[in-house]
Amino acid sequence: MNMKEQLENIRLTAEIELGKITAEPELEAAKIKYLGKKGELTAILKGMGSLSAEERPVIGQTANTVRGFIEEKISAIEAGLKEKSNALKLEAEKLDVTIPGKKRGIGHKHPLSIVLDEVKDIFTGMGFQIATGPEVEWDYYNFEALNLPKNHPARDTQDTFYITENMLLRTQTSPVQIRYMEKNRPPIRIIAPGRTYRSDPVDATHSPLFHQIEGLVVDKGITMADLKGTLLAFAKRLYGEGTKLRLRPHHFPFTEPSCEVDVSCFKCGGEGCPMCKGEGFIEILGAGMVHPNVLKNGGIDPEEYSGFAFGVGLERLTMFRFAIDDLRLFFENDLRFLSQF
Amino acid sequence: MNLSKKWLSDYVKLNITDSEFAHGMTMSGSKVEAYFSEGGELSNIVAGKILSIEKHPGADSLLVCSVDAGQNEPLQIVTGAKNLTAGDVVPVALHNSCVRDAHGGCGGKKITKGKLRGVESFGMLCSLAELGLTSHDFPCAAEDGIFILGDDCDKTLGLDIKEAVGLNDVVTEFEITPNRPDCLSVTGLAREAAATFGVQFEIKEPKVNKTADDVNNYLKVDINAPDKCYRYAGAVVKNVKIAPSPKWMRERLRASGVRPINNIVDITNYVMLEFGQPMHAFDLRCLDNSHVIVRNAAKGEKITTLDGIERDMTEDMLVIADENRPVAVAGVMGGEYSGIMEDTDTIVFESACFNGTSVRLTSKKLGLRTESSGRFEKGLDREGCLRSLMRALELVELLDCGDIISGAVDVYPSKKEVAAIPFDPDWINNFIGIDLTAGQQISYLEALGVKVENGYVYAPSFRADIEQEADVAEEVARLYGFENIGDRALTGEARGSLTKEQKFEELITGLMLSEGFSEIITYSFISKKAYDKIKLPEESPLRESVEIMNPLGEDTSVMRTTALPSMLEVLSKNYNNRNLSAALYELATTYTNKGAEELPEHKRTLVLGMYGAGADFYGLKGTVEAVLENAGIKDFDVAAVKDNPSYHPGRTAEITKGGKRISVLGEIHPAVSENYELRVKVYAAEIDFETLSELRNLEKLYKPLPKYPAVTRDLALICDKGCTVLKLSRIISEAAGNTLEDISLFDIYEGEQVESGKKSAAFSLKFRSAEKTLTDEEVDAAIGRALAALAVGGIGLRK
Repeated sequence: MNMKEQLENIRLTAEIELGKITAEPELEAAKIKYLGKKGELTAILKGMGSLSAEERPVIGQTANTVRGFIEEKISAIEAGLKEKSNALKLEAEKLDVTIPGKKRGIGHKHPLSIVLDEVKDIFTGMGFQIATGPEVEWDYYNFEALNLPKNHPARDTQDTFYITENMLLRTQTSPVQIRYMEKNRPPIRIIAPGRTYRSDPVDATHSPLFHQIEGLVVDKGITMADLKGTLLAFAKRLYGEGTKLRLRPHHFPFTEPSCEVDVSCFKCGGEGCPMCKGEGFIEILGAGMVHPNVLKNGGIDPEEYSGFAFGVGLERLTMFRFAIDDLRLFFENDLRFLSQF
Repeated sequence: MNLSKKWLSDYVKLNITDSEFAHGMTMSGSKVEAYFSEGGELSNIVAGKILSIEKHPGADSLLVCSVDAGQNEPLQIVTGAKNLTAGDVVPVALHNSCVRDAHGGCGGKKITKGKLRGVESFGMLCSLAELGLTSHDFPCAAEDGIFILGDDCDKTLGLDIKEAVGLNDVVTEFEITPNRPDCLSVTGLAREAAATFGVQFEIKEPKVNKTADDVNNYLKVDINAPDKCYRYAGAVVKNVKIAPSPKWMRERLRASGVRPINNIVDITNYVMLEFGQPMHAFDLRCLDNSHVIVRNAAKGEKITTLDGIERDMTEDMLVIADENRPVAVAGVMGGEYSGIMEDTDTIVFESACFNGTSVRLTSKKLGLRTESSGRFEKGLDREGCLRSLMRALELVELLDCGDIISGAVDVYPSKKEVAAIPFDPDWINNFIGIDLTAGQQISYLEALGVKVENGYVYAPSFRADIEQEADVAEEVARLYGFENIGDRALTGEARGSLTKEQKFEELITGLMLSEGFSEIITYSFISKKAYDKIKLPEESPLRESVEIMNPLGEDTSVMRTTALPSMLEVLSKNYNNRNLSAALYELATTYTNKGAEELPEHKRTLVLGMYGAGADFYGLKGTVEAVLENAGIKDFDVAAVKDNPSYHPGRTAEITKGGKRISVLGEIHPAVSENYELRVKVYAAEIDFETLSELRNLEKLYKPLPKYPAVTRDLALICDKGCTVLKLSRIISEAAGNTLEDISLFDIYEGEQVESGKKSAAFSLKFRSAEKTLTDEEVDAAIGRALAALAVGGIGLRK
């Protein structure tokens, strides 16, 4: 057998033997057998010295081809074995993915805050700023400056908590209108959310403490059409594009004309259902054109400027939003309630 | 205000459904709360005649009647009533009918045929109550027993009973705003309806045909307080015959929600409902010298009002008096003594106009609100007094219940000027955002009785609410229809953004949520007892709360000066509701009393509270530190607090910076927890949000990343148990010098391995220079300085 035949022989045997390898130790043995220092291939190459100058490069090339072939084969087998063992390892690491996840404690925002944030977003998006004012307020700001002089019968509709004869817990966020106008010139575009108080005993729909969101826009040439446009945009963003608005004439001492504002029922869309008591509409807020006396009290000339104002009850919005049927839940702060939001 | 459809139709003719009426009125400003047909739950009840009555064969208490209910065959009906005779016409509830549930249940009671003690009964004979009526509606009928229809009913056999007895009106319930007392009347609403639906409306002036004598021979009136009584008109009727009023009048009163009493009282109520003018009738014989004096009450004067209660009058109250004593509280209620009796012969009708504020204050002071006071306090029409008085006389004549004395006494010292308001149609268009011609606007105004002349608007006397141009604009706009006004988006420049303070608030509350704290919202008012519950010292300024004069109850009587009690209350509620753990926060406002001349200071506190799994001091402190980190507040001081009575003396800390207290935090004192029935360890922190906000530093500036490597060394020290970690790290930091970049505690140990009274504290120190790589020698030198400084305080390395 000449050297070339021997090499060819090695290639053939290696191909067969390597094909049978199924585990790491066998592969290691094969590596030593074929490629090791004392391996078959090396042994043949050692004998190259006895070859003629013509034969040597030919055999050398053949030997390298065979070596290359074996190396390639081994590394392929090696990769295969690794993949297999990795798969086994991963298989062993298998988890029961149906076991409930570990909970990181995340706090829950109060539902009133969730809806208030939404309202704030909507109005800041329309160029409104957010103003605040004191909750313990002067009679002047809460009533008189808002066109509700002492002994005005409409004061009866707002049962008031008094601190002194002239100091009270604000019954509405409207006093912020006057305070803001006193310090700022038009154009004015604000909402003023906050706590308000009325001496209503606690039940499912009444609370001595509740939240209002006041809105005020004052500029040259403001009309009722602006009021409608603004509130419509608000209602659509809060309740969806299809929402319709309905303004009913009403009376508030601080606006003229005044209206109550209904939105098309978000449950039935205006068809009439138990939620809207068959009306198709649900009252959500009161609004109107700022009364000239109120502008004057805020130091703004009603001949030059006009404006509109509105007041929304946050509890009402939130109750509709989450189908909450009892106002008391907001102030009980039971985690079983809070953690639903 | 309940409006009778029949009554309304005296004034306006409308060809629309009840629902169209309700909608139209609501949209033009008279809000309809509801409308309903009278006797709505009654069905299949007809008028029937008793043909014969026989004894029930099996029961002594029952009778068997044969009844002609307008059907082909007479019906056999068993009844227990005793007041029937053959020939009576009565309400017959047929098989499958519905009567009013006697227990007031809504939806009515079903009647079907059946056997009563073995005798078949094909229906039921009804009492007044079973029709939802009382003897006020039909004074001649027996209250118990079957309702026997009188001659004022339609006795057509088989006729629906609602038609037969006149229980067939439609009632519309209005919510009238306080600026429109004129709409608390049939004519007021009729005028609104006419303007809304574009139909004719007219009030005929009342007329009396037969009178005699002269009222001045009977009655003299003086007004001593013209500021409180603007007008007083009186008329006299003699030979009065007190009797029930006729059925049509009773029906209208009933539909309006007023109980019929007798003809004279009913007339006063009828006129009030029709014109909105409260009327009063009293017995002339009770009027000494027939002299009415309208004056302020005298000091200590008393009057027993019609409800039988003696009332103490004060000098600011207005009374109607004779020469010796008050006979009525003006505009509120008449006196018992001068009321209409069975034997009253000569009466005075009063139609007056009083100052609304005065009536309101009197009624409030006496705790006596009446239909009359509720109307007067809104400010009534002075001009309408005489017409109402004449209407009362017209009704007396119509009902033939007395002889009318000629004329009326009319004392009218305080007339009101009619204001001229400029009429500017363009301004109205621009203000509302509409485009109407002057003619269109005028036609709306005229429909409401508003006059437009020579560029001015003159509101009718009953519309005191129309004072200026904006009021006129409203009238135009509401009749044009708010729904017809366009909608326009706001234009122009605007800055819609949160302020830095508002953003900071969002940052911190957002952090609280990610720290696992849920938000709560609590009442601003608390009980004074809360201060005891948190063991606030007697002399604590926090007890000086702003107090509510008229609280709902003690529990909500003072404005809180601390938000801790609210938090503990909520934790307690959660604990009692078996919520095993809780971590809560509130950004709470507190109110610091500044006396009567200054508004209280409103301050915000971020209050944290927790109990149960995961609640411990260091967890809470970690959250407070996270708040400080988010606020960019570094180098704050932490000190132990032993004397805050609400907190555990050994587990409470105070965080300050530059002498300003930012927060107190710690374990709630067990005695306080006990007061809140919290049988777990409770942790709380109070962070002064205003101080936090003031000290915040959110300015960020990039510092280059370090070029040279850091060297870390660990130090395990032995010190006295009482020595704080803060103290140790301060000594190390100061002595080690500026190459010490960071120092952190990684272990604390007390126990067997160390001497008693001592503890071991292990720190990791990180050194770095910005200029070069530090050598071991340099780091060793720094450590050496630190150890030397520690040794001064008797602190050494752990061996």
